[in-house]
Amino acid sequence: MIKSFFKNKAAIISAAIIVIITLMAVFAPLISPYEPDRQDLLLRLKPPGSEHLLGSDELGRDVFTRLLYGSRVSLLIAVIPTALAVIFGMIMGILSAYYGKAADLIIMWFADVTLAFPGMLLAMAIMYTFGGSFLSVLLSIIIMEWGSIARIVRSVTLSIIEQEYIEAARTIGVKKIVIVIKHIIPNLLPTLIVLFTLNVPSSILSESALSFLGIGIQPPNVSLGLMVNQSRALLFQMPWLALAPSIMIMILVLSFNYLGDALRDILDPKTKY
Amino acid sequence: MSAFIRRCVGVLLVLLGVMLLIFIVLRIIPGNPAAVLLSEHANKETIERLTASMNLDKALPEQFLLYLSGALRGDLGQSYYLKRPVLDLVLEAFPFTVKLTIFSAAFAWIFGIAVGVISAVYQNRLPDYLFRGISLLGVSVPVFMVALFLQYLFYFKFSLLPLLYDGSAVSMILPAIALGWNSAGSVARLTRSSLIEQNNELYLDTAKAKGLTAKAALLKHGLKNAMLPVITMLALQLSSMLSGAVITESVFGIAGIGKLALSAVETRDMPLLQGTVLFSAFIISLGNIISDLINTCIDPRLRV
Repeated sequence: MIKSFFKNKAAIISAAIIVIITLMAVFAPLISPYEPDRQDLLLRLKPPGSEHLLGSDELGRDVFTRLLYGSRVSLLIAVIPTALAVIFGMIMGILSAYYGKAADLIIMWFADVTLAFPGMLLAMAIMYTFGGSFLSVLLSIIIMEWGSIARIVRSVTLSIIEQEYIEAARTIGVKKIVIVIKHIIPNLLPTLIVLFTLNVPSSILSESALSFLGIGIQPPNVSLGLMVNQSRALLFQMPWLALAPSIMIMILVLSFNYLGDALRDILDPKTKY
Repeated sequence: MSAFIRRCVGVLLVLLGVMLLIFIVLRIIPGNPAAVLLSEHANKETIERLTASMNLDKALPEQFLLYLSGALRGDLGQSYYLKRPVLDLVLEAFPFTVKLTIFSAAFAWIFGIAVGVISAVYQNRLPDYLFRGISLLGVSVPVFMVALFLQYLFYFKFSLLPLLYDGSAVSMILPAIALGWNSAGSVARLTRSSLIEQNNELYLDTAKAKGLTAKAALLKHGLKNAMLPVITMLALQLSSMLSGAVITESVFGIAGIGKLALSAVETRDMPLLQGTVLFSAFIISLGNIISDLINTCIDPRLRV
């Protein structure tokens, strides 16, 4: 399995890009001599150059530094809620598949309900109630994503519990919860890893879209979507201000998509989603 | 037919859940919305009068039942800020979103299917790699990036197209491409994989035995079968397109549903937000039923 991963060039390259960007985001204070919100009005709107690698914005802040700190928020908000959505979706999917018809009906109804909303509009309702913050973006991403994850986990679990070893375990009187922990979850693991990797890009895109609209992450925090929002007024004079964070989002999303596709081919060649 | 009726009942139950969820999400908010709406200096009587007229003084379950019965009669309440019936505002905005969605779906479908078919026919050769790269790029760029890039290129650099939507068909081109770009990527990817899968089907061998070339057999017989999952995707795309419409409409100044919802958030207009979200969920459910019907028409195996 690991061997086939290293044979897959796209997977290695995208994994490497993700690792590099993550390291740059984590060690941002060591890489950049500037602070993300230090304003220097004498150095406003400088084009890219040797002192400011990607220029400076309308308040004289270093764009490259803000890009690093913005990636930090964007990566955090992509990874944490996606992980939580996968865990919640897994629990709901297993309950639905393995704990009787009533649980199945209710959970799948609830999943259908959250899937019936256009994600962005449901997120906007959450922003309305809780205000634009890290936590409300997190909450809306979980609500947007758990439903489809639970559906897939449910169908994979259904095929796992038909296997003979589960039947055997049940016959010798192993408890349901033990079967779930010892047999079902380990077999779900490849699916969960792939689901996680493929949902991270949609989380990045959701966060950036909300922040771009001005209702997600709020200043003085930095996020990639917020940077694009703030540089919109200068789009025609200084396109690189909007371009740099956009390209960063694109690279992240592209890498996670490639990695997810590759992982799916390696770990889970039979299923398609 | 009974399967279809069962499906419709399912959709109705989901819509009921949709109303319940949006009702709860918008009402956990602390404080009295009527007091938020009126200025700080409003006297107590005015606040009480507004509270009563919006049913906010009733218990939550009763409020929900009132809202539900209102919605069934086509009454989605009154907008706080614009002081007009929510349904009127939504129905005024809807044609703009429909127009935008139709134009961008047309772009996504024509472009996406063409790219997918070319990719599949030239599987693992240069055009395939090229188009696969393009379609992966299609699903990976944020909607606002495409929108701003198109504005920069076609308005600022080449002055070919208008910056904002002004009602003309020409000014719809950029918004349609911006919104359709992501969908075009997903349509292309699905068309490719679905068409390639058909290669293993026996009916293609029959077609080849009849004397068709592999390419002709694939396009003549394979494409129709390959389209089934792509059509199912249309319904799913509808949902993501309505999400993307919020951004596209705000960048290009189109007075559609998405912009209405965004302004409802910005002006803290709860009934309007509730109405727009509910309406779009209703449209998506309708889209799901329609795509089921289309699939049943194309694939006789589903007619049970």
